[in-house]
Amino acid sequence: MSTLTASKPLRAGPRIDLAVIAMFGVLALVPFAAAFGAETYLLGLVTRVMVFAIAALAVDFLCGFGGLVTFGHAAFVGIGAYTVAIAGAHGVTDMAITLPLALIVSGLFAYLTGTICLRTKSVYFIMITLAFGQMAYFIAGSLAPYGGDDGITLPARSTLFGLQVFGSDRALYYAVLGSLIASYGLCRAVVYSRFGRVFRGARENPTRMATIGFDVFRYQRVGYVIAGCLGGLSGFLLANATEFVSPAYMSWQRSGELIIMVLFGGLGTLHGAIVGAAAYLLLEEWLAGFTENWKLIFGPLLVIVVLYARGGLVGLAASIKARLTRD
Amino acid sequence: MSFTLFIVQILNGLQFGVLLFLIAAGLTLVFGVMDFINLAHGVQYMLGAYLAVMFYTLTGSFVLALILALVAALAFGLLLEFTVFRQLYERDHLEQVIATFGIIIFLNQGVKVVWGAAPLSLPIPEALSGVVALMPGLVYPVWRLVIIASGLVVALLLYILVSRTRVGMLVRAGATHARIVSALGVDIRRLFMIVFGFGTMLAAFAGIMIAPILSVEPGMGDSVLILAFVVIVIGGIGSMRGAFIAALLVGLVDTLGRSFMIDILRLVMPPSPARTVGPAIASMLIYVLMALVLYFRPAGLFPARGKS
Repeated sequence: MSTLTASKPLRAGPRIDLAVIAMFGVLALVPFAAAFGAETYLLGLVTRVMVFAIAALAVDFLCGFGGLVTFGHAAFVGIGAYTVAIAGAHGVTDMAITLPLALIVSGLFAYLTGTICLRTKSVYFIMITLAFGQMAYFIAGSLAPYGGDDGITLPARSTLFGLQVFGSDRALYYAVLGSLIASYGLCRAVVYSRFGRVFRGARENPTRMATIGFDVFRYQRVGYVIAGCLGGLSGFLLANATEFVSPAYMSWQRSGELIIMVLFGGLGTLHGAIVGAAAYLLLEEWLAGFTENWKLIFGPLLVIVVLYARGGLVGLAASIKARLTRD
Repeated sequence: MSFTLFIVQILNGLQFGVLLFLIAAGLTLVFGVMDFINLAHGVQYMLGAYLAVMFYTLTGSFVLALILALVAALAFGLLLEFTVFRQLYERDHLEQVIATFGIIIFLNQGVKVVWGAAPLSLPIPEALSGVVALMPGLVYPVWRLVIIASGLVVALLLYILVSRTRVGMLVRAGATHARIVSALGVDIRRLFMIVFGFGTMLAAFAGIMIAPILSVEPGMGDSVLILAFVVIVIGGIGSMRGAFIAALLVGLVDTLGRSFMIDILRLVMPPSPARTVGPAIASMLIYVLMALVLYFRPAGLFPARGKS
């Protein structure tokens, strides 16, 4: 992982970036703008962006800060979503139960698989996370009582103590935005904490961290559980947004997309994950409206981003800013 | 679960394993020698199948189609190497994954545009289209035996090539000490290109050989790609011997699991849950195998020496 090297140290303490506040501000204003246009479509689209941004944050946390490239993170999203769907099928729709349950189940899955995955390094880690992702995918496909390969429709969106808090699309939108801000805040706080320094140090040089006296494996496992829970949260929200859950949420292509989003936005920046998720999904939407063969443009675009835009969109913005201020 | 069915499934498993080996061999070579994760390896398998169909409709001869498709696939692979991949060797794995993923997206769609989204088929050569009685009550398609045989021949040739020739020696040295090989005056770029072209041709060969049995369709390389990665990870990245053994292992476990898992589960549970759980467990088996292998041997069964 040489993309983000030690020569660019993170600031010791959190300093809230104005650009990030502006980003959340814009997101908060979207529903008002949407009221003038195709409201349902626009709200739905941006809600989806924010839901995937939460999952992308988790991937950025692991890849960009922990150096743990996970190729199976869609599994956690799927587990969160399936928890809501399965509880719903049994008549439990209150999020006072389903949300903690979704977090616990995905966290537990992360703990168990992390214990095994974190024994391996580099490519082997990528592949073993893929293996567990695929296992979760096939298990979901075999859940015949809950739709099997076809997926299952939610009976209703989650309630909170009987209240229809997700009653309108706008309410759901703000709930998702709140979750995104909370997730961002959590990741930031963790990354800058003492724990986060050990976690980042383990990416730069695990041997040195171990020599200093840290049990690197345990730190990485806690990081993996945190990322797993964030994935579960994203899945919980995804299930509520689409009111439908299917094994396709867990396919390896989905996990790949999450990595692409992070790389698109800029690895190891956190807000880059949000920018990347938005850029990826909006670009996909925009190109698909353009031509049926949008993938012919999208594929080469990915290659170009990798070859020429190192550091992603956030890196690009930073270098433009640096050039402007220098002149 | 009759005995003949068991033998047939073993043969099917071998055939699948041999196919996986043809794909994994190139992948493990490219990965081992160049430290390059090429997700686009799967689309080269797909491209081989499509090119064979195209040349078959043009020439009407399977042998000609095979040769022309191999040459065309090689040319295309080298073109990709020259334009894109060459600039990725020095990048980290994550960037390689994304860029080659972009190529998958592009080629899957490109194939759809050129040849249409509907599945195509390639007929089995006339002389090899029948079945053969291996023993009383056991008939088996000749073409599948041809696939097994050709795969084993390729494996043998590869073994000789890697362990007995000068190029093979450089490949082995390159897999563990690329910088030193380069410092000793070997043109490592040219070596990379040879290895890459060779891997591409092997994947295309696999695609051409399997085309008469499977339908040729966009995206056919994606699932095979993941399986090929499972194979090289189980075998130990960069190890040809590991790839061979792991490919047969994965082929057999997957095929036998799919055919007999329901029967096995019936021994311990009632038939109806066995029918729903069985296929899921069968699909998962190879991933469970991979997780187990990596748990006990984090660098695969036959880790390439000199790399830790």
